Amino acid sequence: MRKRITALLLLGLCFSFAAIAQETTVGDVATAVNMMWLVLTGALVFFMQAGFAFVETGLTRAKNATNILMKNLMDFCFGSIVFWMIGWGFMYGADKFGGVIGFSDFFKGPMDADSFSFYRDWFFQVVFAATSATIVSGAMAERTQFKSYLIYTCFISAFIYPVSGHWIWSADGWLFKLGFHDFAGSTVVHSVGGWAALMGAIVLGPRIGKYVKVDGKVSVKAFPGHNIGWAFLGVFILWFGWYGFNPGSTLSGMDGAIGRVAVTTTLGGAAGAVAALIFSWIWFKKPDASMTLNGVLAGLVAITAPCAVVSPGASVVIGLIAGLLVVLAVEFIDKILKIDDPVGAVSVHMVNGVFGTLAVGIWGNVEGKAVGLLHGGGFHQLGIQALGVVAVGAWAGITSLLLFLAIKAIFGLRVSAKEELMGLDLGEHKSEAYHGFQIFTNM
Amino acid sequence: MKLIIAYVQPHKLNDVKQELYKAEVYKISVTNAMGCGQQKGYHESYRGVDIEVNLLKKVRIEIAVNDAFVTPTIDAIIRGARSGEIGDGKIFVIPLEDCIRIRTGETGTTAIG
Repeated sequence: MRKRITALLLLGLCFSFAAIAQETTVGDVATAVNMMWLVLTGALVFFMQAGFAFVETGLTRAKNATNILMKNLMDFCFGSIVFWMIGWGFMYGADKFGGVIGFSDFFKGPMDADSFSFYRDWFFQVVFAATSATIVSGAMAERTQFKSYLIYTCFISAFIYPVSGHWIWSADGWLFKLGFHDFAGSTVVHSVGGWAALMGAIVLGPRIGKYVKVDGKVSVKAFPGHNIGWAFLGVFILWFGWYGFNPGSTLSGMDGAIGRVAVTTTLGGAAGAVAALIFSWIWFKKPDASMTLNGVLAGLVAITAPCAVVSPGASVVIGLIAGLLVVLAVEFIDKILKIDDPVGAVSVHMVNGVFGTLAVGIWGNVEGKAVGLLHGGGFHQLGIQALGVVAVGAWAGITSLLLFLAIKAIFGLRVSAKEELMGLDLGEHKSEAYHGFQIFTNM
Repeated sequence: MKLIIAYVQPHKLNDVKQELYKAEVYKISVTNAMGCGQQKGYHESYRGVDIEVNLLKKVRIEIAVNDAFVTPTIDAIIRGARSGEIGDGKIFVIPLEDCIRIRTGETGTTAIG
């Protein structure tokens, strides 16, 4: 009896498929597949916000947990609205000044059925803009005024990110026309966020007690994160989200490269962790947990630009170098430059965003997209990549420096010393993250 | 021999420790404590509803010292903990009958140092 019903059901399905096939063209199927692919991967990239929130909260102190979680939530909420209002127009609007900036399509909202592609593309782009913005909260953690951070986040999502994004990802952008290749955003997303993070950390200054002068010599102190389990969960979530970030950037569910992009992304992240683990093990004598987490993210950031044009072998090499770079950068920024970056955001996103972009010019191996130094392309691609790195670095660095200096002058950037010592949860939000727990806050 | 007990603000503990170190007082016990004095309490807010927090987080420091060290220790604690605002804390000094080091069985002033 059951078999007969199954057979009937199958028969019915066959007929209905046949009916659909008569009316649907291949183009319709492609449209549907692309729609599903971009909305699905966009949602995966959105989930990276949770990853950032957990990494940053886990690696900072309990007395600031509410504050950093609020920043991670609200930079997406403010950022997505301003990106709809004007950011999209600067990034993908009609080109002005020969590829420098877009200028149309502000407050865009067409209601006809044919504009489905705008909505699909806008959703896929807004989650990238938000990723760039949220990088900064980690570097400025534990000492920034909440309202000043909100002002900053509106500016990066509305203006700083869209302009350099226009150069690279808009078909009219000047770097795009030169042949600059940044597949999923090592430069567009990560290094822009990383440069802003660096400038924010410099303008803010270090947390109280981070660099203590003892007998004329500055000694560097550590503030251990309060929940390493959260930091791990955050990194796993980020890695998971990266499978939307990179494979989604094919911009088409029909693209045969999706599989290889997923493979190179996996290998890049894994190799980053391995290199950071072994390097920190030799250097610090013990396998360092939070440094290994930074290694995963460093590998993923570095493989983001070249993931579609390099072989699996090259992706392992890129990941390994990224893992080494992140450990060196964290030590250099902390111990030599004495810039306080509580979660290593600058080392992960700026340093490896730059490295990943240059890696395209070295290991790139896809004819017509990017052929690097090691595959007979000479220095041509590497030169273009370097030009893009310098141009975007100068743009993001200078604008965000001016922005933070302006916020500091007008509203103030830092909380009072007393509030910083008591914790920003009580000072900024008048409520603690861990009610009912007695937590030592006497660090 | 005296036992010095001080209640200070948690965020002042580090300064107190450094001042004690400068005064060559190296031995200290620290526990988390809750309490209230003149500072009374503060208000938190949860979903718009006011919460009165009456017992404040404090740090309790205990140091047993020989008589010559009493004044330097008290001065060091004050230098580290004073901000001039209500809530800086209190110091109690109590005579100490005896002190025994468990490992050696030493007693009195030799056991303290």
